[in-house]
Amino acid sequence: MQAEVPSNAIGHRAVRREVRHVSARLKPLVGQLMFHFLVTAVVAWCILPFVWIILSSVKVPRELTALPPILPTRLTWENYARVFEDRPFERYIINSVIVAGSTTLFNLALGSLAAYALARLRIRGKLIILGLVLAISMFPEISIVSSLYVMLRNLKLLNTYSALVFPYSTFAMPLTIWVLTSFFRQIPKDLEEAALVDGCTPVQAMARIIMPLAAPGLFTTAILVFINAWNEFLFALTFTSTIERQTVPVGIAFLPVLFHVPWGSISAASVVVTIPLVVLVLIFQRRIISGLTAGAVKG
Amino acid sequence: MGIQNRATSTAAFSRRGAGVGGYNKYLGYLLLAPALSVVALVAFYPYLRTLWMSFHDISLIFRTNEWVGLRNYAQLLRDASYLNALRNTMVFTLSTVALETLLGLVMAMVMHAGYRGRGVVRAAVLVPWAIPTVVTSMMWSWIYNVDYGILNYLLGRLGLLSGPANWLGEPRLAMVAAIIADVWKTTPFIAIILLAGLQGISQDLYEAATIDGAGARARFFSITLPLLVPTGLIAVLLRLLDAFRVFALIFVLTNGGPADATEVLSTYAYKVLFSTTDFGYGSAIATSMFLYVLVIAAVFVLFLRPHLAEVE
Repeated sequence: MQAEVPSNAIGHRAVRREVRHVSARLKPLVGQLMFHFLVTAVVAWCILPFVWIILSSVKVPRELTALPPILPTRLTWENYARVFEDRPFERYIINSVIVAGSTTLFNLALGSLAAYALARLRIRGKLIILGLVLAISMFPEISIVSSLYVMLRNLKLLNTYSALVFPYSTFAMPLTIWVLTSFFRQIPKDLEEAALVDGCTPVQAMARIIMPLAAPGLFTTAILVFINAWNEFLFALTFTSTIERQTVPVGIAFLPVLFHVPWGSISAASVVVTIPLVVLVLIFQRRIISGLTAGAVKG
Repeated sequence: MGIQNRATSTAAFSRRGAGVGGYNKYLGYLLLAPALSVVALVAFYPYLRTLWMSFHDISLIFRTNEWVGLRNYAQLLRDASYLNALRNTMVFTLSTVALETLLGLVMAMVMHAGYRGRGVVRAAVLVPWAIPTVVTSMMWSWIYNVDYGILNYLLGRLGLLSGPANWLGEPRLAMVAAIIADVWKTTPFIAIILLAGLQGISQDLYEAATIDGAGARARFFSITLPLLVPTGLIAVLLRLLDAFRVFALIFVLTNGGPADATEVLSTYAYKVLFSTTDFGYGSAIATSMFLYVLVIAAVFVLFLRPHLAEVE
C-alpha cells in the first residue's frame, strides 16, 4: 500500500510530463504533416493534368468517354498507331527537330561570341546593349508578325525552314546572350589572363580556355533555346502553310479543328511530342533551373 | 600595320595588368556584330516597319497601299472589338500574374526547404514549364470537356456542381478556364525565379532572428518577404509582359470565344491581319500593344530602381 502512493504520484507526474512532451513534439509534427501535404499538393497540381492525358492516350475509345471517368482497365497503343497511320505525324516531328536544332546551333554560334564580348571585353554601352536585347525578347511577337510576313513573302521564304529559324532569333538570341553572359562571368578571369601572359591571343584564349570551361553553360543554354523553339506557335502558324514545313505545335493545334481527330489520338500525339521535353527536364533539372535564373536574376 | 602595332602594344599593356579587355579595342564589337545584326534584322527593323505600316491602308488581297496618317489609330478608339480585347487582356494579365505570384511563392518555398526527394519536387514543378503551350491548351480542353471531362466529374462528385458546367462554352467560365490553364503552365517560371531569390538570402539572417526570438511567421514577414521584393518585381515584370502578349493558349483553347469573351489583343490582331488581311489596321493594333508594353516596363523600371539600388 505504502509503496503504491508515491509510485502513483510519480506516475501522474510522469504522465503529465509525457503529455507536455508529446504536445511539444506534436506541434512540429503537425507542421511537418502540413508541409508534406503542401509538397504533395504542389507535385499533384503540376503533374496530374499531364498524367491524365497520358492515361487518356492509352484508353480504348469506349473507356475514354465512359462516365464516370475511370482508370483504363486495359492498355491500348491503338491511339498512338492511329496518329502516325492516319496522317504523317512524324513529318511534324522531323520539321520541329530541324527547326529547333538549327535555331539552337545558329543562336549559340553567334550568341556565344556576343556573350563573351559582353562578359569580358571592354565595350561601350554594355548595359544599354543588354537592356535592349532583353527588351526585344519581352515585346509582343504579334507586333512584328505582320512585317516579318511581308518581308518573308518578298524574299519568297514563306513556308521554308528559314522562315522559322531566323525569326526565332527574336527570342533565342536574347536568351542565349543573357544566359551565356552570366555563365561566362562566373568563370575566373585568372585563367584567361594566365593564357594571355603565356602568349595566347584573346581569340585563342576564348577557344581553348573559356569555351571548354563554359561547356556546361553552353549546354544549358542549348536546352533552353531548343525547348523554346520546339514550343513556339505564332510564327510557325503564320509563316508555314503545309505539312512539309509545319512544326509540332501547329500539327497538334490543327488535329481537332481540321481533321476531327478523336481525343484518344490527340492525347497520344500530345504525349509523343512532350515526353522528350519532360525527360530532358527530369535529367537536367538542376541545369535548367540555374539557366533560367541566370538570365533573370543575376543580370 | 598600324592596327597590328597597336594591338601588340596593348597586348603588352594588358600583360602588365590591364586585363583581358585591353587587347584590341575593336575585338569586342567584332564579336558582337553578327548577333546584333541578326537581332536588328529580325526584330528592330520589323518593329519599325510595323509602325510604318500602321500609317497606311494596306490590304494584301486588294493590293492597296495608301498613306492614311493616324486614321487607323482613330479607328482603334471606336472599335468595340478592340476595346473588348483590351479589357479582356487586362483582366487575363492581372488575374494570372496575381495568382501566379502567390502560388509561385508557395512553390518556391516548397522547393527551397530541405528534405529528402527535393530534386523530384523540383523536377515535377518544371513539367508544366516544359510542356508546349499548344499541348497545355489541348490538355485542359479535354479536362474541361462538358460531357467527359474529369473536372466536371470531380466537382460533381464533391457536390460543388449541380449539373455539368460548360467551361469553354459559357463566356464567364471561359475566361476563368483560360486563367486556370495559364496559371498552371506559367507558375513554375515565377516559382523558379523566386527560388533563386530565396537562395540569395543569407542563412545568418534567419539564425540571428531566431536567436532574437522571432517565430517562423515573423521571420517570413520581416526577412523573407522584404528581401524577395527585388527578385519578385523582376519575375512579376517578366510575367506581366508575357501574359499581356498571350496568344497560343487562347488561340487553341477558345480561339477568343465564346462571343469574344476571351478575345485578347494578340488573337484579335492576328484575326485582323490574317483573316481580313487588313495589314494597316492590324499593324496599328500591334503597335498599340507595343506601346502598352513600353508603359508597363517603364512603370516597373521606376519601381525597380530604388529596390535594386537597395540590394547593391
